Amino acid sequence: MKWIKKGKIFDPTEHQLINGCLEFAQSPQTLVFDDFIRVYFSTRQKDLNTGKYLSHIAYVDFDQHFNILQISQKEVIPLGGLGCFDEHGIFPINVLRTDDKIMAFTCGWSRRVSVSVETSIGLAFSDDNGETFSKYGTGPILSSSLQEPVLVGDGFVKKFGDTFHMWYIFGTKWMPQQENEPPARVYKIGHAASKDAIHWIKNEGIPIIADEIGPDECQALPTVVKINDRYHMYFCYRHSTDFRSNANRGYRIGYAYSDDLSTWKRDDENAGISLSKEGWDSEMMCYPHLFQFKEQIYLLYNGNQFGRLGFGLAVLEG
Amino acid sequence: MFIWEKLGLLFNPLEISAPKLWMKEFAQAPSTLIFDDFVRVYFSCRSHADENGQYTSFSAFVDLNRNNLFEILRISEQPILKLGEIGTFDEFGTYPVSVIRKEKEVWAYYAGWTRCESVPFNVAIGFALSKNNGETFEKIGKGPIISYTPDEPFVMSGPKIRRFNNKFYLWYIAGRKWVLDNNKPEPVYKIRMATSEDGLNWTKFNKDLISSRVEEDEAQASPDVIFYGGLYHMFFCYRYSTNYRGKEKGYRIGYAYSHDLESWTRDDTQVGIDVSDEGWDSEMISYPHVFSLDGEIYMLYLGNQVGRFGFGIAKMKSKPQV
Repeated sequence: MKWIKKGKIFDPTEHQLINGCLEFAQSPQTLVFDDFIRVYFSTRQKDLNTGKYLSHIAYVDFDQHFNILQISQKEVIPLGGLGCFDEHGIFPINVLRTDDKIMAFTCGWSRRVSVSVETSIGLAFSDDNGETFSKYGTGPILSSSLQEPVLVGDGFVKKFGDTFHMWYIFGTKWMPQQENEPPARVYKIGHAASKDAIHWIKNEGIPIIADEIGPDECQALPTVVKINDRYHMYFCYRHSTDFRSNANRGYRIGYAYSDDLSTWKRDDENAGISLSKEGWDSEMMCYPHLFQFKEQIYLLYNGNQFGRLGFGLAVLEG
Repeated sequence: MFIWEKLGLLFNPLEISAPKLWMKEFAQAPSTLIFDDFVRVYFSCRSHADENGQYTSFSAFVDLNRNNLFEILRISEQPILKLGEIGTFDEFGTYPVSVIRKEKEVWAYYAGWTRCESVPFNVAIGFALSKNNGETFEKIGKGPIISYTPDEPFVMSGPKIRRFNNKFYLWYIAGRKWVLDNNKPEPVYKIRMATSEDGLNWTKFNKDLISSRVEEDEAQASPDVIFYGGLYHMFFCYRYSTNYRGKEKGYRIGYAYSHDLESWTRDDTQVGIDVSDEGWDSEMISYPHVFSLDGEIYMLYLGNQVGRFGFGIAKMKSKPQV
């Protein structure tokens, strides 16, 4: 794989966002139209009660040359009610267009006491071309289970043949607090399948991507594209501790491929994209999203500081 | 209607001779496992509240003489289940527990408690099995066996396991909403059901089984089902959504019946048991567990303060005509 970086294409601090969100445009994910591309992202509001962040979904529309057309002016999807799985944030959102509808797979966040957070995957539908979404129930469609005890999230859905495939992450454990380090989570990429995109059967507790930097490697945000007869997956991975400010332990882009959607061969060396020497993606790269527009394959991703200052674009060569 | 003869308070954790740190107060949600010579009653108890006023629940058992249920033979030395690891669904409590024999093993379904920021807790249903006649139980995974879904968003609790017609049935409750009572979040929950061929892979029925009676936000709990006379009989408890810690709006025991385990007719006028005029169960009665023993039908239930002072027992004296 060989990518040509096009640079950062959206900076949230240069725009007026809803809910008083000032920074962060994380995990960009697309809904492709004939002549423009809608890119959803998660941006952050400061919760005045706690000083903590609440992640909200917004979008920006780009024309085919990636000039900004408009930014969402109303709430795309509300956060959940008191005690719900998505009460304290939705991050990220994956939007899927099927033959007759537009659906979204959300990752909902709710805060805990002994650890910072728990997540689950929710479902929502849009009947206005993705401008707003209404939720399918107040609870999640995918959540913790016997062999996936915590932190189910980051769902990415594609239909191949008559089966919907979801790649997502599940937590394997929280590591107790250490000096200077709050409880740290470890999560891996898993796979589920469905006939209707609502009821899913998880391949429960089975990590499908081999670890590269040890058993406590954290893997996040899988995204998959099919080129000819091969499936290509990008994701991000990092060390489980000291990853926020230590650039040597922060997120990088990983890569794997499969010819049967069942076994994946990890092959980071051939990812074809890595940190820049300097600039917005020189310390960290994370939250990749693959999409196709007019026969071209693109990669959206975040750079330094988990996307605090926006996201960028790369184009697949050839 | 049913007629129950109250036999009195059966077990009070405050009166045991060798108290344990983890069994200071409460004996909640009793459920039985019957042996040749004794009846093992599982229940859930608590250590003293921590500096934030929060409790951790543990589950335990007491063995009662089968020929004289008021004679305590033994109390478990340790909790029957370990708490979960950091961040998992049962890190802060295992309560309640319901057990069933499966060949030589005993299988347990229990509610695991975690603590949240905006609401005090969340609950999901876990599974564990025992190879030593139900003295201790081991989990087969770190996560829950019944978790949250679109119409069952939180507070999955109060499991009751039964087997009918070669199928496993799990009755439980699912949270519907949190209501604010003087700014304090209080959960509203309804009685639900799931079925399984093997006891491990469950299909949710995804419907409320029992209509609400005292108010729309009535909270319902402890759905326990027995079969006789060609009918399924469910005893459960219910309360108002707010200000329910006293007599007026606190828990009472309700009743419903069904021909097919799916559609239920609620008829609390048949239940035949209510609060006493005075004593340990004069303010509220809750968490019924109904079981057959040596030709009789008994009900274990909690009294005032939802079992802070233990559980009592009643014996069915007569049944409604079926």
